[in-house]
Amino acid sequence: MSTIALHDEHNHDHADHGHHKETLISKYIFSMDHKMIAKQFLITGIIMAVIAMGLSILFRIQLAWPDQNFPFLETFLGKWAADGRIKPDFYLALVTIHGTIMVFFVLTAGLSGTFSNLLIPLQIGARDMASPFLNMLSYWFFFMACVIMMSSFFIQTGPASGGWTVYPPLSVVAKAMPGSGLGMTLWLISMVLFVASSLMGGINYVSTILNMRTKGMDLWKMPLTIWAFFLTAILGILSFPVLVAGVVLMVFDRSFGTSFYLSDIVMGTDILPNEGGSPILWQHLFWFLGHPEVYIVIMPALGISSEVISVNSRKPIFGYHAMVYSLIGITVLSFIVWGHHMFVTGMNPLLGGVFMITTLIIAVPSAVKTFNYLATLWRGNIRFTPAMLFAIGLVSFFISGGLTGIFLGNASLDINLHDTYFVVAHFHLVMGSAAIFGMLAGVYHWFPKMFGRMMNAKLGYLHFWLTFIAAYLVFFPLHFLGLDGVPRRYYAFTEFEFMKKWLTVNVFVTWAAIMAALAQVAFLFNFFYSIFKGKVSPQNPWESNTLEWTAPVEHLHGNWPGEIPTVYRWPYDYSKPGHDADFIPQTVPFSQTMSSNLPHDFEGNAEAEKIQQDWELANPVAESKG
Amino acid sequence: MSLRKFITNKTTAALAVLITVFANTSVFAQDAAAGAAAAPKVDMGEVYKSVIFYILVFLAVCLFIAIIGKAIRVYELSREAQGKSVGINWNRVHASLFALFLVIGLYGVYWEYTVHGAMLLPDAASEHGKKIDEMFNLTLIITTIVFVVTHILLFGFSYIYKYSAKRKAYYYPHNNTIEKIWTIVPALVLTVLVLMGFLTWRSIFFKVEDPNNKPLQIEVTSEQFKWSIRYPGADGIVGNKNYKLTTATNTLGIDFKDINSRDDEMADEMVLPVGKPIKLILTSKDVIHSFYMPHFRVQLNTVPGMRTIFEFTPTKTTAEMQQETNDPNFKYLFLCAKICGAGHYNMQKVVRVVSEAEYKTWIAEQKTYLNDDLRKQFNLPVAPAPVKSVADSAAKDSAAVKTNQMALNK
Repeated sequence: MSTIALHDEHNHDHADHGHHKETLISKYIFSMDHKMIAKQFLITGIIMAVIAMGLSILFRIQLAWPDQNFPFLETFLGKWAADGRIKPDFYLALVTIHGTIMVFFVLTAGLSGTFSNLLIPLQIGARDMASPFLNMLSYWFFFMACVIMMSSFFIQTGPASGGWTVYPPLSVVAKAMPGSGLGMTLWLISMVLFVASSLMGGINYVSTILNMRTKGMDLWKMPLTIWAFFLTAILGILSFPVLVAGVVLMVFDRSFGTSFYLSDIVMGTDILPNEGGSPILWQHLFWFLGHPEVYIVIMPALGISSEVISVNSRKPIFGYHAMVYSLIGITVLSFIVWGHHMFVTGMNPLLGGVFMITTLIIAVPSAVKTFNYLATLWRGNIRFTPAMLFAIGLVSFFISGGLTGIFLGNASLDINLHDTYFVVAHFHLVMGSAAIFGMLAGVYHWFPKMFGRMMNAKLGYLHFWLTFIAAYLVFFPLHFLGLDGVPRRYYAFTEFEFMKKWLTVNVFVTWAAIMAALAQVAFLFNFFYSIFKGKVSPQNPWESNTLEWTAPVEHLHGNWPGEIPTVYRWPYDYSKPGHDADFIPQTVPFSQTMSSNLPHDFEGNAEAEKIQQDWELANPVAESKG
Repeated sequence: MSLRKFITNKTTAALAVLITVFANTSVFAQDAAAGAAAAPKVDMGEVYKSVIFYILVFLAVCLFIAIIGKAIRVYELSREAQGKSVGINWNRVHASLFALFLVIGLYGVYWEYTVHGAMLLPDAASEHGKKIDEMFNLTLIITTIVFVVTHILLFGFSYIYKYSAKRKAYYYPHNNTIEKIWTIVPALVLTVLVLMGFLTWRSIFFKVEDPNNKPLQIEVTSEQFKWSIRYPGADGIVGNKNYKLTTATNTLGIDFKDINSRDDEMADEMVLPVGKPIKLILTSKDVIHSFYMPHFRVQLNTVPGMRTIFEFTPTKTTAEMQQETNDPNFKYLFLCAKICGAGHYNMQKVVRVVSEAEYKTWIAEQKTYLNDDLRKQFNLPVAPAPVKSVADSAAKDSAAVKTNQMALNK
């Protein structure tokens, strides 16, 4: 307790002086304030998302009209789309960079970076992150990673193009494709910076959550958002270093002539000197990160949707403990399922069987989460704010995409589905769309906390319905291409007789994708317009229980003027019988809500139970009313 | 009727919205009509490709949306001026939209299952493929049920429990029994699927070899962007390779010092005898590719520096499949499913499944990899050595050869 008091005093001082010292640079650029860093992550994430979405539209155009030329493509892309037609090499670069940006820069940094930074201190009651300086570095490493990744579009040989998984030898042997030259080097540098950024962020999140919770905020009183960010950070800390190890070995193979991933390779008739390595090694190292990575992407989204669904259903989240345990279960299991990406890559088939078992086990906690969401909606009093719409959309995508995972996690079925459009459809629903919807739900929900203003709800409605419908129109038909044996990353479907029947579907999907992309204009306009012109936000716009809504709307360094509020109860006391309002913030002590207290609330504290019983005896009317 | 009443009347406001919308659409319609009238003079193909055209269309749509937005705003303000609560009950709108989405969505899923579902691969043409198909169907049934039920609940609850100021939500934080049930039931269902999957997987990759029906070995080598096929020749064994021996004449790096290599044959297409086990030996020269034969439910990556092996038994000849699919042009094929470079999208070879007799005639016509140039290179006598003498030279091999020949003759 004394440490908290000391800490308060120190930060309070800081807050008082802060106003004098702040300059443009220290406030907006090299800021160490977690709220500003969150905004930086978010805006950078949004810009990267727009770029990656633009890339996807480019390759969707190629897939829909493989034998037409579009002069505007040449205007934008120059020699990579000579005569208005995207070249096969550049097509692969587009899919590679689209995947890399979306997975790492948007759904990892943009999602986890934004909301962990914003919400961890505000929801646990801390003045700032444990290490604000490290936090600032985390953003700037991420920013550099983005710049370097994008710079690869401006070099002669083009960006990396071996797919976002950059399997060697394709990505290592420069002769294998133009993208494996300088573009791949830039990809690796960018990835090292990105991992450094993630680690600095992750260590910060974990230490902040463990050490800096306000008085009364024990682990079981934390909102599910915090649990999700906490477990995501642990997952990142344990798995990202493995990717760096893999990346360093790849740098050695590419630049210093080692043979970690290479052996017995002949390019044409040119015999390479590398011996003794194995390309499978990279796949193990990559997917040891890569699989936890998909949970790094989805868990914060699930945390956000838990909070948003509970607030807007005006109901406690169903099975809070089960939600936490299923997150923990996903965290632990996600480390032992990576092999399901490698069933048919030549890994020992014995391992295939083992990984299939662990993979299908991980479906159980995911199912529990889904059912708990449904139970939360049941008999709720649902307010369809834009955030709530996106959270419901997330649940729908999570179900649709999760169920197809049961096919792919089954090694025998994966034989025929591996690397087909079925996989594309699966992960774009469960990881892409679901996580993006989680992110958007978070943006709509916490925009007032970030910018002190409200976003326009009607544009939010329009944005949701267009995106939700378009996303299903894009990804649902793709399952069937996969079931027909159409492999992914094909530049055109024109060379195979059996694929030609899918060309019309491709045109349809491309139009749906364009519709989805244009719908984002509604969001972008809404977002940037509302930063400056939105309606000023009230203190607690969604009538939510969590701690961040007790902090003043006007941002200040240190979050709360004066003392940090104390927490007395869990964050999900919505519509509690016996209480007049349909929410009770975490900062309201039980002594003020005698009419609604339940025996369960006191966690076996005999003294408190006694007081409650005495009160109930003294106020029999109030009790019968409850 | 007073003017104020007229302005604030609900129907009037709705009419105003409609008129605004209609006026705007008809203006656009006129534009479009004008455009259509001018069409014969202008080649619209170029217009449809120009960016400006689409930007203008998009801006028009934005304008349209902005007008609707303003109309809604006017309606709401008028309601407010009238002293009534919020103009549009958005909670009801979204609840209804979710219900509508559920109905249309379920129909859409049904349409996809029946229309696109009818365009898929024909039934498996291999023994293990049938098991895979059965398991696929079982998984599909289970997941479809879960998919439909959960979505009915999700959107149904969204519809039923929309916000109402009169109601309070039901405080229901947990119920351990229910939670146990929906942990255990999915776990049990998944256990069944895992067990089935595990057994099928084992039966595919851990085959017990039948000594009376030895598999036919076929080696497939991938490189950017083509496949090479090597048949084992009369001895039934595909000989050794060494990538260091690769030259312009010996593109696969076959080691002809190994006598098993000397009778290995090359082929432009993969011809398989029906009903006979095939042992595919997959290798790669340069980068990773993936050998994918969708009709047979066969896929395995080809990895440089190692051999990967897939055994399967084709059960339907190409002719039978042509009948079954009602497509006289039907061909089996194999293709590359792992990103491998610019030509990835066109790496294919035809597979022909034929009767045993047809296979024998075909294989007799194939040339060996070993030619006169290579004989010189490997210091072998230029006159083709009879296969039998080669077989006699190694007692150990000859046994294998005999069994294989027996197997071939069966």
